Amino acid sequence: MAKFNLKVNGKIRKVDIDPTTPMLWVLRDHLGLVGTKYGCGIAQCGACTIHLNGTAMRSCMLPVSAIGNQEITTIEGLSENGDHPVQKAWLEHDVAQCGYCQAGQIMSAVSLLKNNPNPSDEEIESAMNGNICRCATYTRIKAAIKTAAKK
Amino acid sequence: MATITTSYNRRSFLKVSALSGGGFLLGFSMLAGFKPAEAAKLPADWNELNGYIKITSDNVIKIMSPNPEGGQGVKTSMPMIVAEELDVEWKSIVVEQAGLDTKHFTRQFIGGSQAIRQGWKSLRTAGATARQMLREAAAKQWQVAVEEITTEAGKLYHKASGKSATYGEMALEATKIPIPQEVKLKDSKAFKLIGTSQKNIDGLKIVTGKPLFGIDYQREGMLIAMIVHPPAFGLKFKSFDASSIKKMPGIKDAFPIKIFRDDYEKQFFDTTTFGEVVAIVGNTTWEVMQAKKAIKIEWETFEGYTQNRNMLGRKLTEKIPAGLESTEEHSAKMIAMQGKEATLRRKDGDPETAFKNAAKVIERTYTGPFLAHNCMEPMNFFAYVTEEKAELVGGLQKPEFTEQALSARLGMPLEKIDIQMTRLGGGFGRRSYAHWLIEAALISQEMKAPIKLIYTREDDMTAGIYRSTYSATYRAALDANNNLIAFHVKAGGIPESPLYANRFPAGAVDNYLAEDWTIDSNITIGSFRAPRSNFIAAAEQSFLDEVAEAAGKDPITFRLELLKRAKENPVGKDNDYDPTRFAGVLELVREKSGWEQLKSKRSLGVSAYFCHDSYVAHVLDLEMKSSEPIIKNVWCAIDCGIVVNPEAAKNMAEGGIVDGIGTALFGNMTFTKGVPDSNNFNKYRMIRHKEAPKNIEVYFVENNIDPTGMGEPAYPPVFGALANALYKATGKRFYSQPFQTDLGKM
Repeated sequence: MAKFNLKVNGKIRKVDIDPTTPMLWVLRDHLGLVGTKYGCGIAQCGACTIHLNGTAMRSCMLPVSAIGNQEITTIEGLSENGDHPVQKAWLEHDVAQCGYCQAGQIMSAVSLLKNNPNPSDEEIESAMNGNICRCATYTRIKAAIKTAAKK
Repeated sequence: MATITTSYNRRSFLKVSALSGGGFLLGFSMLAGFKPAEAAKLPADWNELNGYIKITSDNVIKIMSPNPEGGQGVKTSMPMIVAEELDVEWKSIVVEQAGLDTKHFTRQFIGGSQAIRQGWKSLRTAGATARQMLREAAAKQWQVAVEEITTEAGKLYHKASGKSATYGEMALEATKIPIPQEVKLKDSKAFKLIGTSQKNIDGLKIVTGKPLFGIDYQREGMLIAMIVHPPAFGLKFKSFDASSIKKMPGIKDAFPIKIFRDDYEKQFFDTTTFGEVVAIVGNTTWEVMQAKKAIKIEWETFEGYTQNRNMLGRKLTEKIPAGLESTEEHSAKMIAMQGKEATLRRKDGDPETAFKNAAKVIERTYTGPFLAHNCMEPMNFFAYVTEEKAELVGGLQKPEFTEQALSARLGMPLEKIDIQMTRLGGGFGRRSYAHWLIEAALISQEMKAPIKLIYTREDDMTAGIYRSTYSATYRAALDANNNLIAFHVKAGGIPESPLYANRFPAGAVDNYLAEDWTIDSNITIGSFRAPRSNFIAAAEQSFLDEVAEAAGKDPITFRLELLKRAKENPVGKDNDYDPTRFAGVLELVREKSGWEQLKSKRSLGVSAYFCHDSYVAHVLDLEMKSSEPIIKNVWCAIDCGIVVNPEAAKNMAEGGIVDGIGTALFGNMTFTKGVPDSNNFNKYRMIRHKEAPKNIEVYFVENNIDPTGMGEPAYPPVFGALANALYKATGKRFYSQPFQTDLGKM
């Protein structure tokens, strides 16, 4: 066990934990932040996507010991009231079906738009290719990213 | 206006006293683990007009959504139907997911794309009955005739006297009104809400990461449990060494559990997969995952056996063979079956003679592999079982059946079991088989503690309940004038047959023969989005394309000619489709896709299918980029009757189309000596952003027919549209799913 002071969504959160624990389970089991989802555990589906210093990262293979001072943002910390332009675009296009993967999709999309405010279709497809949606809402996700890019 | 007698559903309208809240309060307190703050905000004085509708005196109107929500949108569309007849503004209402409540609701399950179709009358009646009771309450209080009371947007009016009241003001009085014996339902032309697009009721919660799913559920003192199941089909549990993990950090216990009692007669949705598994319980998910990797368990092969199953009253005997099965053997067995005698399912005319006399005979064989559902949310359930009661929270498709199975396993009466339903992170049929709920309950009972059972992705993908593997051989006979004079389908699968003998083109061909076969297996299968249709539509619609070509006909014209025949002079009985509606979607998709203009310029494929009471036709347009298809457009025409929530229905169709393309291209579960060859997304290829169509357009046939299925019907026909477009682009026919295997060789 080891103690960590984690910067999560702008707050310092203390955990005393096995240092190999992936951030996904630190968030879900220890910090009560369950918006970040478990999908595969091997960084293949993107459901667990969070931001590390603003960049999209799969949290299911990211040990808590590797975080250090880096700032973690989860879906819960993206905005106060769901009013981030990407979240609003998701609502405008009524993207979700089951909704399970959408937090990860949104976190990947926010990171994409931060680095590339006007992505082409191909750039959207490439950046989002690591996020699986089993309900297959891909066309709506792309449309929502384009809408968000305009704002 | 339609008048409907309410008595058929009398038990759905149990009234409870104004302040008791009935089963609701228990349900809400259980779900308070999700968001305690919300519980505090909501008022307590609910007046329950019937199981679906509760109204407070200060006019908060709540509509209960009876069926589980797994992404098909019923938590929005079902309450919309109630709201329409209740005559309230959509924006003013609160929607809540009902728990399993067989006293108030019927058919609380996901399956067969039937929620809206089967719920249509009861949901409307619930709204109309409550509205009638509110009107009667107002009439009584104002001392006027009930016929003079009108409603609009949640308010009651008496025009002559100028009196008005909100529903809330009359709600308590309305609960004292006897339930009307019959109520009038609106004419569909008067609908204000049905037919308008309303956003997903949980949309904001989804995009802000609120706890909505079973896997998100938390309870004070809750432990985490996982299971280890046999690594191969054909193996069962023998023994294990608990000491191998008991000293690991955070681990509480490990023990084997038996899913069913030995003398239990299995029902429809009870799994046969792994009857005994080892449970591991600990404090946190990561700690239990470590123990799961370290645990030492011995497995052994089992002898073949038979078991009885009660399929909704129909008794079956199932053979479960011994052995460690491999895909190669499956393929060889299926090929052998095509040459053997099969079971006759339908015969019209004299197919043998027609084939003998044919000018041209076309014969083709199609195959499809086992498929894993791969819901994004791995299977999980919360359970807290004590001597007094069993509390269960999570996402499942058939709660009523699962509750019965749990009751039999625990020896606990149904009324002591409470199942609360969360949103499902995907269902697709997999969550119909909720053996994991029983596992969770047994683990909680053993631990005497609240537990949440979570399957790892690997557990989820390798625990069975796959789509069957199938094969179908088609033969068509053309006469010298290129008329289709005979049609023969011989289909089968391991372990189930995909045949629907009475579907198109049955009824359109004078000489028709349909037969099937099955091969037993210990690899377990179950419902998978549009069961059986998802294969047979692909095979049949690819074959018809080839027959149309051999006949020198446009594939849409060819189908329309057959449908004309089926309409004007149908062959045989029991044809289970309406040729006019079937032709309607083909005509609509021909127009919307610009088929006639584009067909000589682009690689277009067409396909049309009828299932789940709805008609769907697709035209798919693609280009090849080396060996990869780039799907430019899919045009889709649907006849599902009245469309309750059009934008959500479009989303469903788009998802079905992309899912179907993904399954056709990549979906594949193979086995080596009983072991599933794929156990995670690095080995099981799912469709991703890059492979999705660039544009999808969905069109609905407008009519006033009561609504039919929407969650599944767009899925089966897309396989054929893709295969037929691939043929146009590559000159090659695609007979074996996944198509990726043959594309990779190009």
